[in-house]
Amino acid sequence: MELFSLAIKSIFIDNMVFAYFLGMCSFLAVSKKVSTAIGLGAAVIFVLTVTVPVNWLLNEFILKEGALTWASASLAGVDLSFLRFIMFIAIIAAMVQLVEMVVEKFAPALYGALGIFLPLIAVNCAILGGSLFMAQRDYTLAESTVYGFGSGTGFFLAIVALAAIREKLKYSNVPNGLKGLGITMLLTGLMGIAFMSFMGIDL
Amino acid sequence: MSTETAEIKEKKVSEALFSKRRKKLISDPLVDDNPITIQVLGICSALAVTTQMQPTLVMAISVIFVMVMANLTISLLRNTIPSRVRIIVQLAVVASLVTLVNEVLKAFAFDMYKELSVFVGLIITNCIVMGRLEAFALGNKPYDSILDGFGSALGYSWIILAVAFFRELLGSGSVFGVQIYDGISSLFGGEFSLATNGLMVSPVGAFIILGLIIWVQRTKTGYVEH
Repeated sequence: MELFSLAIKSIFIDNMVFAYFLGMCSFLAVSKKVSTAIGLGAAVIFVLTVTVPVNWLLNEFILKEGALTWASASLAGVDLSFLRFIMFIAIIAAMVQLVEMVVEKFAPALYGALGIFLPLIAVNCAILGGSLFMAQRDYTLAESTVYGFGSGTGFFLAIVALAAIREKLKYSNVPNGLKGLGITMLLTGLMGIAFMSFMGIDL
Repeated sequence: MSTETAEIKEKKVSEALFSKRRKKLISDPLVDDNPITIQVLGICSALAVTTQMQPTLVMAISVIFVMVMANLTISLLRNTIPSRVRIIVQLAVVASLVTLVNEVLKAFAFDMYKELSVFVGLIITNCIVMGRLEAFALGNKPYDSILDGFGSALGYSWIILAVAFFRELLGSGSVFGVQIYDGISSLFGGEFSLATNGLMVSPVGAFIILGLIIWVQRTKTGYVEH
């Protein structure tokens, strides 16, 4: 039950895009068409669900203060948490490569759909942000898996919704200076207000 | 003999330290080619820290440091990096620099470190940094790369500082933590008080303020996106 409420929380209340501004670059750049937005969103869910637990293992057994006790008692005092950034980003880049290869081999159709988005994702702030929040909030392994999946789903919902609005927006007469990024920012603001209605929910 | 060496030397320094082209490297990203408002890069980690001026300033300084140093390092290494692994090399360089910034903040400004939390780490995935490394530092000399990094980081900084100025003024009624609204109302004998807008403190305020800044800026430069 707790896991379920964590999932709801990470999808709606702590939405990656509207509450933390994470993944904005790809959110703005790849939201022109619903079909591509779905592709990117699915890839983000996929990669977040894989990388957050993997980084949890890394953090728990190598980086945390005293995490190396399992290797030898003399290492109990070692604190490698300053290596967090570089290790997390390395894991993410490696996992993205791995995921890309596995998907290419076993699910060519999915690869065709996600193909170009997977490399892009290595530098998506939502992915690194997910891992950093996980480390900061001391989640367990199960919690971090659910958190990865939930925040990915939140991103998916946000980007697909924005793409749907932008497809309709093509037919409206927007002032020159606002075209493209400007109107998209205002739109995101309005969508954020809509998402704020979830804030009062206490799970 | 001596004239010959002098000539060679002159050829080497033929371009002034701040020639027109180099000045453009700094000034272009400020307005005409601004990384945030024109190129749509680096919005990711920046907006979250803009509720107040002070953390924004720290963030801006961190980004300037990271960009200049990363551009310099990659530019020095540009002939030795195989192009197939360049992304991971760039990430490693940027991540090391960000770790440095993070440790310095932790040691000397712990409150700020707590406030910025994960967002310092997210400079790693700031698209401006990667974008400039990829587009400029890999193909240009170190000094030019430093200028380019500095210019882009400045262009980024003034936009997030402007967003923070409006968000803090309208949302908390202060600038750099100094109460403005209270001062104004006491100027008039405290007969009325100015209300702060809670929406500006929430993420929504950042989107709307940035949208409006983009509108004003693009109208001025005449840039139209198709």
